[in-house]
Order: sequence, then structure tokens, then C-alpha cells
Amino acid sequence: MTKHLVVVGNGMVGHRLVSAMLDRATDWHITVVGEESRQAYDRVALSSYVDGASEEELRLPELTGLDLHLGDPVTAIDREARRVVTASGTELTYDALVLATGSVPFVPPVPGRDLDGCFVYRTLDDLDAISEAAAAAVARPGPGRRSAVVVGGGLLGLEAARAMRLLGLSPQVVEIAPRLMPVQVDEGGGALLKSLVAAQDIAVRTGVAVSAIRSESNRLVATLSDDVELDADVVVFSAGIRPADTLAREAGLRIGERGGVWVDATCRTSDHAIWAIGEVAALEGRTYGLVAPGYAMAEVVADRLLGGQAAMTPDELDMSTKLKLLGVEVASFGDAHATSEGALEVVVNDPVAGTYAKLVVSDDAQTLLGGVLVGDASKYSTLRPMVGLALPADPVAMIAPGGVELGADALPDSAQICSCNAVTKGALRAAIHDGACTVPELKACTKAGTSCGSCVPLLKKMLVTEGVEVSKAICEHFAFSRAELFQIIASTGLRTFTEVVERHGTGRGCDLCKPAIASILASLGGGHIHDGEQAALQDTNDHFLANMQRNGTYSVVPRIAGGEITPEGLIVIGEVARDFGLYTKITGGQRIDMFGARVEQLPAIWKRLVDAGFESGHAYGKSLRTVKSCVGSSWCRYGVQDSVGMAVLLELRYRGLRSPHKLKSGVSGCARECAEARSKDFGVIATENGWNLYVGGNGGATPRHAQLLVQDVDQETLIRTIDRFLMFYIRTADRLQRTAPWLEELEGGLDHLRAVIVDDSLGIGAELDAAMARHVENYADEWRGVLEDPVKLERYVSFVNAPETPDPTISFVTERGQPVPTPRAGDPVLIGIPSLTRREVSA
Amino acid sequence: MTTTSEIVRLPAARDEWRWRTVCPLDRLQPERGVAALFDEVQVAVFRLYDGRLFAIGNVDPRTGAAVLSRGIVGDRGGVPTVASPLYKESFSLVDGRCLDAEGRSVPTFPVRERNGDVQIGLP
Repeated sequence: MTKHLVVVGNGMVGHRLVSAMLDRATDWHITVVGEESRQAYDRVALSSYVDGASEEELRLPELTGLDLHLGDPVTAIDREARRVVTASGTELTYDALVLATGSVPFVPPVPGRDLDGCFVYRTLDDLDAISEAAAAAVARPGPGRRSAVVVGGGLLGLEAARAMRLLGLSPQVVEIAPRLMPVQVDEGGGALLKSLVAAQDIAVRTGVAVSAIRSESNRLVATLSDDVELDADVVVFSAGIRPADTLAREAGLRIGERGGVWVDATCRTSDHAIWAIGEVAALEGRTYGLVAPGYAMAEVVADRLLGGQAAMTPDELDMSTKLKLLGVEVASFGDAHATSEGALEVVVNDPVAGTYAKLVVSDDAQTLLGGVLVGDASKYSTLRPMVGLALPADPVAMIAPGGVELGADALPDSAQICSCNAVTKGALRAAIHDGACTVPELKACTKAGTSCGSCVPLLKKMLVTEGVEVSKAICEHFAFSRAELFQIIASTGLRTFTEVVERHGTGRGCDLCKPAIASILASLGGGHIHDGEQAALQDTNDHFLANMQRNGTYSVVPRIAGGEITPEGLIVIGEVARDFGLYTKITGGQRIDMFGARVEQLPAIWKRLVDAGFESGHAYGKSLRTVKSCVGSSWCRYGVQDSVGMAVLLELRYRGLRSPHKLKSGVSGCARECAEARSKDFGVIATENGWNLYVGGNGGATPRHAQLLVQDVDQETLIRTIDRFLMFYIRTADRLQRTAPWLEELEGGLDHLRAVIVDDSLGIGAELDAAMARHVENYADEWRGVLEDPVKLERYVSFVNAPETPDPTISFVTERGQPVPTPRAGDPVLIGIPSLTRREVSA
Repeated sequence: MTTTSEIVRLPAARDEWRWRTVCPLDRLQPERGVAALFDEVQVAVFRLYDGRLFAIGNVDPRTGAAVLSRGIVGDRGGVPTVASPLYKESFSLVDGRCLDAEGRSVPTFPVRERNGDVQIGLP
């Protein structure tokens, strides 16, 4: 008989439990009751909402096969009748009840904490409210900085401070402990963290508390325990969390000494039919504020409900964390505070480089117990799995700059590589031997690296040590990646393929390396792509500056910048297509594509187009295609900026720019986003105050939404940022790697990208700017270049011994009034196209 | 309509073929092919960087499109190749064999230079 499971709470841990239950065939019917009306979302990534991530992107995978009862909290549990009652009066009986209510923000009992302008930082609704208040403060007339006081300098507090800065406020963090992130880092690490955070315009006060908040002429004033007063437009409490255990208390369940619903190692409460998991649970008396232990509890309860014998082992719960806050990497793992008896601490502190590393080892210096890393946490993924194991090397050498590089080979099979999903090295090795040979494949079959992602570098190293070749070599002729070849060519000044292959490769190249080098030479300003030896390097479409179609004919796309075209322009295109018998179609990039041109017709077609003022649209190139736009403020009732003007400006600036893959762009005149800019490699969306720039989006087989890079910038900043983004991508991406996978693979991701091109952390900003300036200055229309050069024109013949004779293999049939290639034997045949006359119409 | 298989059927005795002129040698840019038409036979002619000449059928056997002269010339394991521009399958310029698909090939033709002209041998 079907049993009924009621889950109270629709957060990450509740979602995990339900997902684990649904993964297995069960006779449980599940109802989830949630207080928030939203679908379950990734609360760990909450702060990315301020960066522009949408609620949809944060949403956890939607589950089916259960009843969802959202926006209606459970208000009482009748344990006798095994029934819960919700605020709306709904009654649900249960055979098993799981409490996954999570936690509530802790707000210190400060006078004035309920004033308007005081917020907590916990849910998407909280963030919406904070954003609104911040926007109002920024819009308020009058001089002076708009500021926010953030109460609490832990992980959440620093995330909140960063969010405040993004919202245009100057954040001031107040932490009662003597250092930031007191739970994760020690005193030394905390000191460095404070200086790194303060360097980013975030004021930090440690060792003081907020003692009162009052309202004064529409603003707030926070008084600190040392009598300092801070002005603020917004006060955010992010001083920790408390288990949301009210429901359990009222139901008379046993409560842990420091709060939380007491559960045993199987996550069962003092009532046999009730379980508790996640932040609300006090596992043998202790609560855990991280998602990984919550997931483990969810798995235990799922197993138990299905008759299994799983149990938690609280001693082994991994409280390790690695995160990047405000561009500062922080990691702590194992016994970070050296509480084990006789533990020794080995510290390498480099305030000049801005790094701090500490290892905690056993009294005999043989076993790794834990550690703290601040500033550079790249060694976290290898160090964390070694906790409890014999040290493979001298501990100083393991954390010193230039010391030993440890890989996965130093670990035994039992070591957990991915602590979020409890995947051991042995399980990963088995997966590799079963055929997984890329990181995405390993993620798919083991779940390793799918939560926090900190173990991904280790997954890469494992693939290498297990003998899976992850060669970056572009092909058999070069042992280099495209990015390395770019550096070689840029720094050596070699400007022909022959020189490059003779000095740095072998043989005479192929269809992989030749177009890649052609693209690099073009990006470095190599003149017309058909000049000299370069002509023989060009890929299919670049060979005749047109897009080859299946029957060997070409399609022709003139540039229509921003999708804006005059009636005269339309007429010319129509006349050319008609006179040459071409099939026409509107493209997705707001242009017109003319199909079916034979190679010997191309010059005559382009002569007509160039004479009418058109130029190459580079539809054939790995280069900028189009900048799509909506009609913008010139016409639209909702537009706030001239999106067409911006699109034209961008398209004309970056036209002809050769890159590792095609580049697409879009400009929308308001937040309605009609130009679909967020599906582009770089997309621009107008705001009331300027422009938002999104990067790394694409459509195609693996759609990606672009991510917000800079916000509310003026035109000059926007263009400089795009200049640098494109040039940085062109220099460092792999062959045929679009911006989205490039960004995914970029060490440090979007934060690193922002540091490089906005804050110029690598000091290459001026160089990138100069490279783009050269491109803009040297741009010339490629088709005009062909028409004006008899040597290049000579190539555009069907046959070298019969230049005007059409290729006899090309023929057309008519379809819907236009020419299309004659189908060949073996072509797919469309069957059963419904026609209106045949359709049966029901009355 | 002429089918691909008829185009590729050639007599075995190459010494009986007639030499036909394709174009002047200096019209052949190294590693960039040209197409030539002799009756209904389409030939792709290539000049390598080291000066060697090769001629193969111009029709890509996978698609029937006459495009091989427009492919990228290179080498694989030292064997000179051209990659079809449509689906990037490489063909040996020496024997016409497709190196990426078993059993697929294009015809080859004898080719020589005479008095500054490139000539190929045809049946």
C-alpha cells in the first residue's frame, strides 16, 4: 500500500531528499510543503542573483511525481494523529514526516533592528527588497556616498558586502569577533583577509558590535560598541543563522542543547515517525550550517525510509570550505584551528604576495590534520583529500611557493576527491577505466565536481595520471595549443605559415592547424586574408569569402549593421538575387542570405553590392557576424537607449575581427531584451543609467546564457571593456572554442575575467587596447580588396581551363517558388507534409 | 545525368593516356588547388610546397559536389593530402584513398610539367 511522506521545507536539502527518493522506485507518495512560494533554488549561489543570475538559473532541477504545496507554511504538527496543518488550514496526514525547514537569520537584539532599511540576507525575496532599497538610496538626490552597514563578517557577511557594492552602496562590515570569517580562518589568515578585503573599498571593523540603530533624516545611524557612529542607507544582518525549529518545539520534540531538532545518527527525532535533516537538525546535539552535511542527511533518511541501514558518522562530517569572495580565495579544511592534542602548525605567510597558508599536522609531523589557505587556494583540491593521511612530503614544501606540486597520485583510493558528493578516488578511477575520458564525462557518471566544483582541477590531473591523454596539441603538426601558438607568433614576429611550421612544427600542416594559424595571423593584422601564402591556409568558406553549401555553390551575405537597412538597400539586394537567380532567406542575425551562387558568379554579384555601398558581412569567417538589435528608444515606447545606434557602432568597430570561433552580439534597448543579447558572445542591455554588458552566451547545441560582466557603464567604458574582452578571448581561447566554454575553462572564471579586463590585474590592458585600436584602424572590406586586385580575382573561376563554364554537377529544382539544389539519391525525403486542403477540420 | 561512378571509371593502362594542358605552372599557387574540366571529367590539380604536382578527381564522393580543388592541402604522417571542404575528410594525393572513411576514394591522374605548362594524362 502506498505510504505518504510529507517533507516540510523546499530548500536544497529537502529537494535532495525528494530527488533521492524519486531516483528509486518506491511505494511512497511524497508531498512537499514549503513556506517560500518559489521553486527550490540554489541558496549557496544566492549572491549570484545580484550579479544578474535569474531565478530560473538558480532553480534546482524540477522534480515530477510528487505534490508541491508552496507558499503555505506548516503551522502545527499533530503527532498523535500523524497530521500537519498549514497556515491556510490544509491538513495532511503522514506515515513519515521529514523536517527540512532549514534556518532563520540570526538578528542580534539591537534596538532599532526593525526599522525600515534593515534587512536580513537569506532568500531571494530578501535580495529583492534590498535591491529596491539600494536603488532608492542611489536615486535619492543630494551629495554624499550611499552606504550600507553589514552586520557580521563571516562568509555570508562578506557576500552581502560584495552585493552591496554591486548595488552601488559603500559597504562597511562590522564583525564582533577579532577577525573576518572567524569560523573558517585563523588569526593569521584573518589578518591577511582583512587587508585584502579592505583594499577593495570595503571598510572592515572587527572586535566591535552594533549596539543600536536609529533613524535620522531618512537615513539610518548605527552606533557601535566603541561609540563610533556609522551612517547608512541600508543595514543588512548577516550575523549567522539559527535552526528554524519552532514547529518542532511546539510539537514537543526533543531539542538540542544549542537549538535544532535533536536527531540520532539515523536522523530520526525523538518521535519515531519524524525525521529532521539539514540546518534544522541537531545531529546528536550539533547543528551544521553547510550544504554537504545536509545532503548526507538527506541520503541517510531516503535510505532508511526505503528500509536501508544507512547512518551518519558525525565525526567524519567534512566541514571543509573553499570559496572565492571579492576575488579573494579562502579555504579551510579538517582541523583548521589546530584543536587536536599536540597538533603542530606550519605557516607560510607572504603579505607581499597576499597569500597565507597553514597546515595543521599531528604531533609527530606524520599526518595531515587540516589547514587554512587565504589569497591562493589552488592547493585546496589536493590537500583536503589528504586529511588524516600520511604526509607525502615536507609540510613546508607542500605550501611554499615553488614547493612540491602534489597530484592525485599521492592519494590512496579511499580518499574522497569530491567531498560534496562523497566520491572517492577509487570510484573515479573505476569510471575512467570504464571509458570516461573527459571532465564532463566524469561529472556525468560519478557526480564528482557537480556541486562546488573545487575538485575539478584534481579531476583533470587524475585523467592525466590515469593515462587519458588530455593533449592540448592542435594537431600532428604542432605540439602547442592555439593559445600557445598565438603567443609564439605574436612574440616571434613570424608572419607566414611556412616560417611557423618550419621553426615550431613538422610537415606541411593540415585543415586543423592551417586555418588556426590563418586566424592568428589575421588577428595580428596580417592584411588581406588572400595575400600571398595566406590564401592557401583558409578554411572552406574563407577560401572564396562565401559560405559553401552542400552542392558546392555559395551563399552571399552583405553586412547589414545592426539589422538596419534602407529601402534602397533592400531593393539592390532583391535585384541582385533576382538577376543571378539566387534563393533568398532572412537569417537569424537580421540579415539577408542569398544562396546558390557559383564561384565564377561571386565577383559580379559583389561588384553590384559594393557599388551600391554594401560590404562583406563576414558570414563566412570565424569572426564577428552580426550585432542584432531591437528598435530601441528611437521608436519603441519602452526603450531607454538607442540600441540600434549602439549595435551599428559595435558592428562597425568589430567587423572583420578574426577570432577562434564566430562571434555574435546583440543590443537591447531595455530590460525586455527583445534582441536576445544574453544569448550572444557579448550582449549589451540598456539601463536607465547606461549599459550592462553580458559575456559568454550562445545558442546552438549547448545553449548558454551570457553572464553580467559590468553594470550601468557609460559608452566609453562599455567599448573599452568589450575591446579587452574580445582581445583577451582571441589570445587565450582554443581553436574553435566559443566564448562560453572558454569562460567555463578560464581558471578563476568570471571573477578572473573581470579582474583582467576591468581591474587590469595582469597589466595587459593597454596592450589589448592597442591591439583593438590597430584592428579598427586597419579594417578594410575583404570583398572590395578582391575586386580591386586582378591576382585575387583570377581565382574566381569555375575551371582554370574553362573559366566561364558552369560546373556541370550543379543543378537546381524549384521549391516554394525559389531554386534549391537538386536532391541526390540518398538525401532525406520529407514525408507527410500536411497540406491545408487535406487537413480535416472539425466543426 | 552523369553519375559519380561513371566519372571515376578509368582504364588501367596509363601509358596510353593523352596528355592535356591544365594551365601554366605559375598559375598554380603552392598548396592551393585548381579545378579543370575535360569533357565531363573534373580534375583537381595541386602543386605542393616542394614543387611536386598531383591530380585527383574533383568530385567529393560523399556528397557528389565538385569541390576537392578548394580543400586545404597538407600532410598526414608524411603523406600529402587534401581535406574536402564539405565534411573535412582527407584524401591521399598519392593514391586518392580517403584516410577518414574505409572504402571511399577518388581517381588519380598522371601529371607532369612541359614547357612551363601543367599537363595531366587522360584516357
